[in-house]
This record gives sequence, structure tokens and C-alpha cells, in this order.
Amino acid sequence: MTKNAWQDDRGNKDRSITNPKPPSDAEPVRKGGKAVKAEGDSPFLIGDRMTGGYGTGANILNDCTVAVEKGEIAVIVGPNGAGKSTAMKAVFGMLNLKSGSVRLDGEDITALTPQDRVAKGMAFVPQTSNVFVSLTVEENLEMGAFLRKDDIRPTIAQVYELFPILKDKRRQAAGELSGGQRQQVAVGRALMTQPKVLMLDEPTAGVSPIVMDELFDRIIEVARAGITILMVEQNARQALEIADKGYVLVQGANAYTDTGKALLADPEVRRTFLGG
Amino acid sequence: MDPINAIVALLNFVVIPATAYGAQLAIGALGVTMIYGILRFSNFAHGDTMAFGAMCTILVTWLFQSWGLHLWVLPTALLALPFGIAATAALLIFTDRAVYRFYRRQKAAPVILVIVSMGVMFVMNGLVRFIIGVEDQNFLDGERFIISARTFKEMTGLDEGLAFKTSQGLTIVTAVVVVAALFWFLNRTRTGKSMRAFSDNEDLALLSGINPEKVVTYTWIIVAGLATIAGVLYGLDKSFKPFTYFQLLLPIFAAAIVGGLGSPIGAIAGGFVIAFSEITVTYAFKKVLGYFAPGGWEPDSLMQLLSTDYKFAVSFAILIIVLLFKPTGLFKGKSV
Amino acid sequence: MTHQIRAIGMFAAVFALIALTGFTSSWNVALGIINMGLISAIMALGVNMQWGYAGLFNVGVMGFVALGGLGAVIVSMPPVGEAWATGGLRVLLALAVALGTIVAAIKLWGRMAPGRARGLAMLALLVVGFFLFRFLFDPAVEAIEAVNPAATGYLGGLGLPVLLAWPIGGALAAGAAWIVGKTALGLRSDYLAIATLGIAEIIIAVLKNEDWMTRGVKNVIGIPRSPVPYEIDLQNSPGFVEKMTAWGFDPVTASSIVVKLCYASLFTAVLLLLLWASQMALNSPWGRMMRAIRDNEVAAEAMGKDVTGRHLQIFILGSAICGLAGAMMTTLDGQLTPGTYQPLRFTFLIWVMVIVGGSGNNWGSVLGGFLIWFLWVEVEPIGLWLMDVITSGMADGSALKTHLLESAAHMRLLTMGLILLLVLRFSPRGLIPER
Repeated sequence: MTKNAWQDDRGNKDRSITNPKPPSDAEPVRKGGKAVKAEGDSPFLIGDRMTGGYGTGANILNDCTVAVEKGEIAVIVGPNGAGKSTAMKAVFGMLNLKSGSVRLDGEDITALTPQDRVAKGMAFVPQTSNVFVSLTVEENLEMGAFLRKDDIRPTIAQVYELFPILKDKRRQAAGELSGGQRQQVAVGRALMTQPKVLMLDEPTAGVSPIVMDELFDRIIEVARAGITILMVEQNARQALEIADKGYVLVQGANAYTDTGKALLADPEVRRTFLGG
Repeated sequence: MDPINAIVALLNFVVIPATAYGAQLAIGALGVTMIYGILRFSNFAHGDTMAFGAMCTILVTWLFQSWGLHLWVLPTALLALPFGIAATAALLIFTDRAVYRFYRRQKAAPVILVIVSMGVMFVMNGLVRFIIGVEDQNFLDGERFIISARTFKEMTGLDEGLAFKTSQGLTIVTAVVVVAALFWFLNRTRTGKSMRAFSDNEDLALLSGINPEKVVTYTWIIVAGLATIAGVLYGLDKSFKPFTYFQLLLPIFAAAIVGGLGSPIGAIAGGFVIAFSEITVTYAFKKVLGYFAPGGWEPDSLMQLLSTDYKFAVSFAILIIVLLFKPTGLFKGKSV
Repeated sequence: MTHQIRAIGMFAAVFALIALTGFTSSWNVALGIINMGLISAIMALGVNMQWGYAGLFNVGVMGFVALGGLGAVIVSMPPVGEAWATGGLRVLLALAVALGTIVAAIKLWGRMAPGRARGLAMLALLVVGFFLFRFLFDPAVEAIEAVNPAATGYLGGLGLPVLLAWPIGGALAAGAAWIVGKTALGLRSDYLAIATLGIAEIIIAVLKNEDWMTRGVKNVIGIPRSPVPYEIDLQNSPGFVEKMTAWGFDPVTASSIVVKLCYASLFTAVLLLLLWASQMALNSPWGRMMRAIRDNEVAAEAMGKDVTGRHLQIFILGSAICGLAGAMMTTLDGQLTPGTYQPLRFTFLIWVMVIVGGSGNNWGSVLGGFLIWFLWVEVEPIGLWLMDVITSGMADGSALKTHLLESAAHMRLLTMGLILLLVLRFSPRGLIPER
């Protein structure tokens, strides 16, 4: 039995009265918080000494820090269950932190809701269900720009330039696309806010190696355009190769932190995480 | 053999009433399906929301009538409709803030929301009975018929009359307008698209900066509009009696499920499927068949498959048959 | 331990409220509340089995209760010989044809290869079966309903003792539940709620329209009581009148109280038996399996448990209990009035009892049954009193005052809704939570 009596559905699966789509698992930061000027010098984006977990459950993150400098690529790697995705969600405000803070561009944004962080120039591509399957490709992009009030057509054109295949499929429902194309829609949707920071949670999960190389190329292209990138990756070796900064997490805490190249060269890291 | 009279009789007794009833069910089912898509539960209070909306419209209609305010040949209720919608929207938003929002914050299981909606149903039902009573209320004024049976007979010289009531014509026109407006809203406007996006993927909507509370508020407003319109049209066409509205819950749920819960197109299709089968199966075909049969072969019995009291059985049977063959309803996939 | 004390306290409070009614208005009313409270408690037990043990959402309680009532008529009313002679066998034959057609259609669907031929064959079979049924059925019904329509006009029952009707009413409800459950739980996804909502309306439609069976809206009255005496017989018995007068009671009031006490003891016996059985079942391996399925269906299925089968089982069991309660209620009323079955009263009110009492807890359901029934009865006078107070300052004969006083009766539904919402909000596990 769950602790919250209102969440106990007694195993009821009656489709005629309840919608079976999975509920949102996020526990976003509540409305009302404000960003405050941060003291001292810190990286462009930093999740600083974050501790927390879902609901009243055990902590998944333990004093975990991830940071990235402007225009650089930072990669989080680590074994399954290390809390990589949770760290990303925490940085994005999808999880209430027990302690620690998140700072962006000289401001402390720990109390901001995910929507407010979108407005501050952050964009996040989740690992799964990262497109609106019943919306067309173009509508997906429009939703990405939901908070913008200006003309979004130039940005749509830029996304189509980056991912030409999407232009041909613009009127198709995103759910009908292949896995690789869906990932392109997902990244495209996130770029629509013209973000300062793009956060990617395992963008290459479940796509073929050729598509994967293609996606990495595009990500580098995005970074060259001046967008800061924070990324979680399963394919640690390839990801660290393009990373300016790498974080190895184990059980929700920092195990190794260095430049991508240095981590790849570190025999200890190679032996334990990169398979020799 | 007299096929023209047969067709006129069929139009008069089956096609026109079923189209009007189907349109009313469809608008009702659209409301149910919207809540199912966005708030993830079936709202047991929907029938009573329709009753509440119709009641508010009736009260304003009476007020207008007492002022001598009329709308030419059309029912005065049309003039009162916006006020009815506004009152219902206010009630639904108040209910959401006072009742449902708490459970959303608790991330309550949808089935708990279904039970909550039962409580809301009791309260709304009591409220309507308290304010307007349980009796039949007639509030139709203006011209009763677009074509009356007698005029039609005189015009055409046929034996069969064809009556087309104003309320039926109004229902069909309003339904077309409402459905077109709703689809335009959902597919063309930013807010409408954000509602579809939210229904499709809550987390991603959040990541895109879509405010869930706003989506929910818009949903209740639209539902208030749909429920009030459905309730008023039904009341104009038949009559207003709170208990009948409560009983509409079954055909409306059946329509929404047959069409595929969460799918607006499905809700409309489902409404017509249920209405046409209910009326066809419970209609006495004696007259129609009599015109078709060669002289001397006219049927003796009523040729009625089931008594009208079994109309629920028909909606139910259609529901089961559809679910046996298409477990997710006629239109699956496209969510609100 | 505190848990038990709390539960005992709750029960004491509810019975104190009922006793208060006895002291302030009349013991007749108080006993009336207790009798219907006992029946409500049994209905709530049935729904609690389905929702509390297995998470099954039954919104057709009304239908199963009404079937129980039908059972009481069929078992205990005297048979109408003339009606049987004119059309009894023909009706039975027609029903057999209908049943045969449906069974044949299902078999045919299973046997033939999928394709257009199968669809056409099935359709042909159903159409032929339907017309054969109507050919046999219609004249027979007409004949039966023509037999002394003012007093009978139906087949009557078997003329057996009414106590026998209780299990038979339960069995009828179980049969209907089997059909519903088999269909709705057998679909690829679970559609039980809408199925029960529909079947309940259909059952009521049948009871209202099949006059040959239930006299429809003409109602069956005077259902024999068998073991319980009639008030009039008590009043005519010199021994009873003498004894009551000696004890200082009015014989007329006393007779009705004695009758109610007789029912109360019968109902209490049934309730205690059911409560004992369900507590035993809940703590047996069967009950543990039920909870295991409820809490994690996937795991239970992986362990080889037949989840759908168990769900069907518990759905039938719970519905049978509702049917039993329905038969008891019809016995208590002494009549079957199909027009009075309304979903708010017979489906959703029972749900309020279960939720308020505490889902998953049998004692909670019993408490909920008594408490909610007490309120259902008492809210009306309280509402009237409240309106009297509110309107006391208004001018006599003002439209608002008249309206408020007239509408006081409708406070009932509003109150039930508020109670449900308040309990869900502030005590979501109910008054006596499941441990």
C-alpha cells in the first residue's frame, strides 16, 4: 500500500472510467519562487551539491554537483541507477531538492518552476516520451516555442535546416516517425525556445549506430552555434570524446570529474566504466 | 408500393429525431471525452452539469420572457445561453479550485477522482433540485416548427407528413457550429494545441512551459460550454427534468466509449451511432413497411424490434459489440 | 488496540444517534432505521468486497438489488394458475429458445473460421432465433397479462417461504454478475464500470416492462412474510394485547415494534454470518491472494495467479450479497415497486457508505451502512428545521420563503455529496481504515 491514500487505486484498471496513460512522475518545484542574484563566481550552469529524491522516498542524489561553462559540452556518465537522469531532472526543477542549489548565468534559480526555467533559457529533452505523438511535427515545434511571443517562423526554418528530414514530414504525426526522426523532433522542439542551455537525456538511446553518429554531429553543430550543452549518455566513450567536461556519477554522487579527454585517458575510469 | 411515403415516414420518425438526439449526445460526449483526455477520469457529474447549465439558462430565459424580450421566431433560450454557460463555467471552476485541484496536487489515482466526481454529482444534483425542483419545465417559445406535418402534406400532397421542429433544426445547426468551433480551437489556436499537447504528454508539456493549471481551467470552461449547450438543446427538444439528465449519463458514456475515449471525433461518431441504433431498434416499422409491401401484405404487428423502454439495452448492446471487435473504440489514438 | 477502541467508539456513537431518535421521536422510526441500516450494511459489504478487496468498480448495485427483489417475488408469491395455463409453458419455451439461440451463436462464433461466412451465419442465426422467440413470446405474454390484470396479470411465484427467496435472490444476482463479468472482464481492457452501469438500467427496464413476470409498474404487493407475524394478527390476538397492556404499552404501537424487532433479529443474524464469513475469507489464503493481486497485479500474474478468474469470482460474490440484501429489503417492504429503483439511492448511496466507512474494511462498511442510512433518513427533518430557522425572519408568504421550505427535502442529496467529499478529503481511508 502506498503512503498516500489518494494514490491507492486498489489495482483498478477500468478503462471506461480512468485514462490509462501513465501519470506524470515528476514532482516539479511549486509556483511562486523567484530567481535571486547569486553571490560569487560560478560556472554558467551549475547544479551545486544537490541532494534529494522523489516524494518521501530515499535520496537518489547525494551531494552531487554538475556544471558546464558557456558554449561548452558537459557529459554525465555512469552505471545504471547512478542517478544520471535524476541529476538532469533536478537541474531542471522537476524534483524538489532537500539541499543544494541550481545557478544559471549568475542567478540562483533553485526556487523556479520548470516553466520559469524554460523562460530563463533552459531546454530539456527527456530520454523517453520526448515528443507529442499525436501532434504533427510542426505542432511539436510550435509547442516547444509555447512561451515565446515573437515570430517563431525563422526558428522553425533553422530547425528544418539542421534536420532537413523534418521539413518533409512536417504535417505527419510525430508518433508515425522512426526512432531517429523522433529524436530529431525532440531536439528540434527543445531548440525552439532559442535556449542558452540544452539538456539532453540519453539522446542516442535505442537508435542505430549510423543515426547515432549523425545525432552526435548535429549536437556538436548546435554547440558551435553557442548553445551550452549538458548531456547524459549511455555510450560513454563516444560522448566523452566530444565533451569538454565529463562527470562520472556513482550512486548519486560524483566519482570522477575531469575533461572528457582526461577521463578517457584515466586508467581507473577506463577499467571500471569504459570496459578496458 | 409507395416508396416516397415510406421514405418520408422514415425521415419523420427515425432520421430527423435520431439526428437531433445524436447531435445532443455527441456534444455531451465531447465534454466527457475532454475531461477524460485532460484530467484522466470519467466525470460522473457530467449529466448533472448539463442539468445545471440548462437550469441556469432556463432561469435567465424566464427573466427575459418576463421583460418581454424575445428573439423573433427563435427560442428566447438562445439569448440566455451565454449566461447559462457563464454560470456553469463559474461553478465548474469553483468546483475545480475547491475540490479537484487538491487531488491533482496529491497526484491522486484517477479512480479516486471518479469517486470524487460522484460526490460532486450528488451535490450538483441536490443543487439543481433545490433551486428548480424535480418537475418538468418547459421553456421553449418562438415558432415551434420549421415545417409542420400539415404544411408538408399540403405542399406535397403526400399522405405522410414530415414535421421538422425548430428545436431539431436548431440542434443540428448548433451542433455543426459547436463542433466546427471546437475543432478549430483545438487544431488551430495556440491554447487548443497546448491542450492537445498536455493530454498527449503531461511531462513534456511541462517542459515546454505549458502551464497545467491553465490547461485545466480552459478545459473546464469548454466543458461548461459543451454541457450547457447539450443540456439546453436536449431540454428544448424534449423537456427539462433533472432526473432525465442524470439518466443521459449512460448513453453519453456509451457514446464516448464507442467512439474511443479521449477522441473528439470518436465522441461525435459515437453519439450518432448510439442515437441511430436506439431509435431504429425501438421504432415500430409497421407504417414504413406497410408502404413498401405489395397490397394485402402489410404487416399486422407493430414490427418493433424492442419496446422503447429498452433503449438503454440498445446503447449497451452496441457498446459491447464495438468493444468486442475494437477494444479501444472506433477512433483510437488521437487524443484531445 | 487504539484502532479497535476507535472502531468501537464509532459504532457506539452511531447507535447512540439512532437511540436518540428513539427517545426524541419514536422507537418505530429508530427500529426502521436499524432495519434498513442492517440491509444497507449488507449491501455495503458486497460493494466493499468488490472495491475494497479487488478494486472492481461496480456502479450497477441497483440492478443486483432489484434482481434480489425479483427473487422474493418469484419464490414467495402464490402462483397464478390461470396465467400458467394460458401461457406459462409457452413463455418458458420462448425463453429457452432465446437462451438456446445465444448459446448457439457463441458456439458458432467459436467453431467457424473467421471470415464473412461466419458473420453472415451468425447474423442469420440471431435473426431467425429472434423472430422465433417473438413468435412464441408475444401471444403468451398477451394471454398472461389479460388474466385479471387489476389483481394479477402475471405468472406469480412458486408460493414457497420467503426466507428461501434470500439465497435465491442472491443467486439471481450472481447469475447476472456472471454474464456481466464474463463479458466486461473478458474484453482486452477492463470495462466493468460502464458494463455495470448499463446492466443495472436494463434490469430495471425489464422489471418495469415485463408485466408477465413482475407486473411492471403496477407493482407486486403483499409479499408473504412467513416467519414474521403480521401486525394485524398480533392486534387481533387477545394474548398479545393482554400482555402488552399489562406492560403498559399501546398494543397497536407494540405490534409494529414487535414485527420490526423480528425482522431486526433475522437481519442481524444474516449480517453477522456474512461478516464472520468475509472476515474469515479475508484472512484466509484466498484473501491474501486477493490482496496480493490488488496491490500488484503484474507480480501476481507472473506468479501464475489467474487474475481475471479471481476478479470474476469476487465480482459474482459481491453482487450475490447485494442481491441477497435486495431480497431482504423486498421482504421487509412486502412489495416490489420497480419504479422506485434509482441509481442515486441504490448504487451511489451504497458507494458513499463504503467510502465513508472505510474501503477494504468490512467493519467500516457496516458502520458506513448504519451511519449513512441514519443521515439519509434524518437529514430531511433536519433540513426542514434548518430552513425554518433560516426563513423565520422572512415575511410569511414571501416567494423565497415558500421556495426554501418546499425545497428543504432536496437537502438530502446535497448533504450526502458533501459528506462523501469531506471524508475523501480529510479522511481518505474512511472512518475505520483498512489496516
